[in-house]
Amino acid sequence: MIGEFGHFALALALALALAQTVLPILGAARNEPRLMAAAAPLAFGHLLAVGAAFLALITAFVVNDTSVITVVQNSHSAKPLLFKVAGAWGNHEGSMLLWVMILALCGGAVAAFGRALPGALRARVLGVLGLVAVGFLVFILATSNPFGRVWPPAPDGQGLNPVLQDPGLAFHPPMLYLGYVGYAVTFAFAVAALIEGRVDAAWGRWVRPWALGSWCFLTLGITLGSYWAYYELGWGGYWFWDPVENASLLPWLAGTALLHSAVVVEKREALKVWSVLLALLAFGFSLLGTFLVRSGVLNSVHAFANDPARGVFILGLLLFYVGGSFALFAWRAPSMAPTGMFAPLSREGGLVLNNLLLCSMAAVVLSGTLWPMFADLLFQQKISVGPPFFNTALLPLAVPLILAMAAGALLPWKRARLWPVLQRLWWAALIAAGGVALVLAFAGWRIGPAFGIGGGLWLVCGALADLADRIGLFRRPAAAWGRALGLPRAAWGGALAHAGLGVSVLGIAGMGLASDRLAAVQPGQSLSLAGYEWRLDKVADAIGPNWTARRATVTVLRNGDLVTVMTPERRFFPVGRTTTTEAAIHTTFLADLYAVMGEEQNGAAVLRLHYNPLASWIWFGGGIMALGGALSLTDRRIRVAAPAPRGAAKAAA
Amino acid sequence: MPMTSRRVLMLAPLGVAAAGGLGFYAMLRGLGTGEYDPHGVPSALVGRTPPEFSLPPLVPSGLPLLASADLQNLEGPVLVNFWASWCVPCVVEHPQLMRLKREGVAVYGVNYKDKPEAAMAFLARHGNPFQRLGRDEPGRVAIDWGVYGVPETYFVDRKGVIRWRWAGPITPEVLEQDVRALLRHYA
Repeated sequence: MIGEFGHFALALALALALAQTVLPILGAARNEPRLMAAAAPLAFGHLLAVGAAFLALITAFVVNDTSVITVVQNSHSAKPLLFKVAGAWGNHEGSMLLWVMILALCGGAVAAFGRALPGALRARVLGVLGLVAVGFLVFILATSNPFGRVWPPAPDGQGLNPVLQDPGLAFHPPMLYLGYVGYAVTFAFAVAALIEGRVDAAWGRWVRPWALGSWCFLTLGITLGSYWAYYELGWGGYWFWDPVENASLLPWLAGTALLHSAVVVEKREALKVWSVLLALLAFGFSLLGTFLVRSGVLNSVHAFANDPARGVFILGLLLFYVGGSFALFAWRAPSMAPTGMFAPLSREGGLVLNNLLLCSMAAVVLSGTLWPMFADLLFQQKISVGPPFFNTALLPLAVPLILAMAAGALLPWKRARLWPVLQRLWWAALIAAGGVALVLAFAGWRIGPAFGIGGGLWLVCGALADLADRIGLFRRPAAAWGRALGLPRAAWGGALAHAGLGVSVLGIAGMGLASDRLAAVQPGQSLSLAGYEWRLDKVADAIGPNWTARRATVTVLRNGDLVTVMTPERRFFPVGRTTTTEAAIHTTFLADLYAVMGEEQNGAAVLRLHYNPLASWIWFGGGIMALGGALSLTDRRIRVAAPAPRGAAKAAA
Repeated sequence: MPMTSRRVLMLAPLGVAAAGGLGFYAMLRGLGTGEYDPHGVPSALVGRTPPEFSLPPLVPSGLPLLASADLQNLEGPVLVNFWASWCVPCVVEHPQLMRLKREGVAVYGVNYKDKPEAAMAFLARHGNPFQRLGRDEPGRVAIDWGVYGVPETYFVDRKGVIRWRWAGPITPEVLEQDVRALLRHYA
């Protein structure tokens, strides 16, 4: 019954999404208020129907309904509850359902919080969101029905890849999807603006919360994914330039650019056409990622089971949405007023530089990801593009970006001079130089990590200098507290996000100084690494819900004092007949202690120990960036949209 | 900027998207007909013997080195697997290699563009499926073989002729469908 109910709810959602597309857009074109007013109730109904289907799938996984094919292929009765639930979106069909679920949530949020929007704009935005939902609902119903039946029911499920059975991975896709799909809303705003032929400061103000919210979730999603790679696959790696990772980085880069250019639209009514294009691109990249991962045209660990028929369908959707919006752009954008010129040295000039650098980075990542596929197609040449390409090509773009980031935030609008800004940053530069010197003095001639530390310190101190300058900490210290309270939260959020990137850069630089050691150790013996004594106490058996394991107990001492006890494991999953290794990680403020257990021979266990300085800062910085974005979202300027009455709630998801 | 060139510029995104879309469509068509395949790349070497080579051993592993002479007059078919510790899909494919080892299939490894310590760490962590292991740190031998990325696996029959090539991880499905069929056919 659950399956039929879910299937029916999906069909109903498709009907409602169709209505949500046609009626409001027609109403906006004919200026009929009643048709436009249908948008919000239809969006709520659509949300209810998709929500019911989603709950039905979760229920099928939780009760292990083995008459549903998706459950049989991806679940098992012995799986812990969390992974049963997460298993619902750990496969192609379920993840597509999660995708439309989040899209429906976004539509519901626009309907609920967008009351202050002009009626025609709101109707068009909801209509475009409905159109996006129609495509994906048809895709699900036609090629990837998650509620397909199998008769007679299988005795039990076939389990889930144990490498993927992990809390980090359970929350990683929903976060990423919230980001990807959030850009559907900015996309809808851009398309609506193109239809209306008008982009103004108010448009920038409405788009910004959505760009910010999506950016926060995408940042968190990428951070979680990177942390997962670190502790699950980890031999100290946290980013592999895998095509699927790149697919998540592309919308992030475009979205970050959009975030900054929308400020220019809002404050200076410039960069309008460019911002519209960025909004189209951010969602286009999200769709491109979906296509690459699910069509089978590339080769990656993360790829879902795929078949070319589905690929053709997704390609059709991709071309319909991206091609259609670009065609609309080519048709309507030239008639929009060309943006005025402005001084290269000004806040808006700095934001243009930011956009140029971020878009160049996106172009590098895009070409590095797609080039091997196109070289294969066009020249029958097999080439691989790996970390060396991305590192060499992105470094010359990242260095000016980091250098300019700290200064850009201090530039005033319209016209600025560089010298006063540099005067306010001299101490940040001094601290950064000090950091470089310290690393070179104590860690040896390690240029990369040294300048990485310098860059990170420069960003963090630059953000502090920005805040100190705004509250007049050095000019009028007595009034600073009052001014700090009065400072818009967007200013705090922006500074926090910039500092967060600095923290991540510090972490990445610290990982450049990591050391590790590998040895076969008898119980009772010790190894020393990075000033710690690591003693293997014993290796014993352990049993989990659906695995058995060999678990080592490693006591870590420093100068004879106990630091921590670590228990790395090797797990064996009988259902999939696979073995995984579970690293033990002891995180402290300054470094991670990381222990992995290898094979056992003649009573000795192979231990691999890592000392990763500042490792956790990479993900901590990602968290700070997302927090900065969230803080910026609570800014009064965003809560109170331009034409709305004072105090009207307009916080976005 | 004059209006016409502005108009042309605004058409550029559409042009790029259309070209990309055509390319993707050709890839998908190729996937169906087998002309485009990101995994099983038809190799120029299939049906021939491997090129001459000799690789140094990974000393701390204690495994014998690998040279082209080791791929002649074999007792049974052999899989030659190019891998690296920095390669994520290699982790995914590793359990299948370990399974082949337990079943007595000879798997020869070529450690591609890797540091010895990192390679040892990988084997210590995930287990060693290899009977022989050569180290190709400069990646020269991989070029001679036409390897385009790791992991990549070649099937060599007992006469020393390459019969099959798989670019990408050997997933359980590949193991069951392709490798088992090859092992039966060339047993």
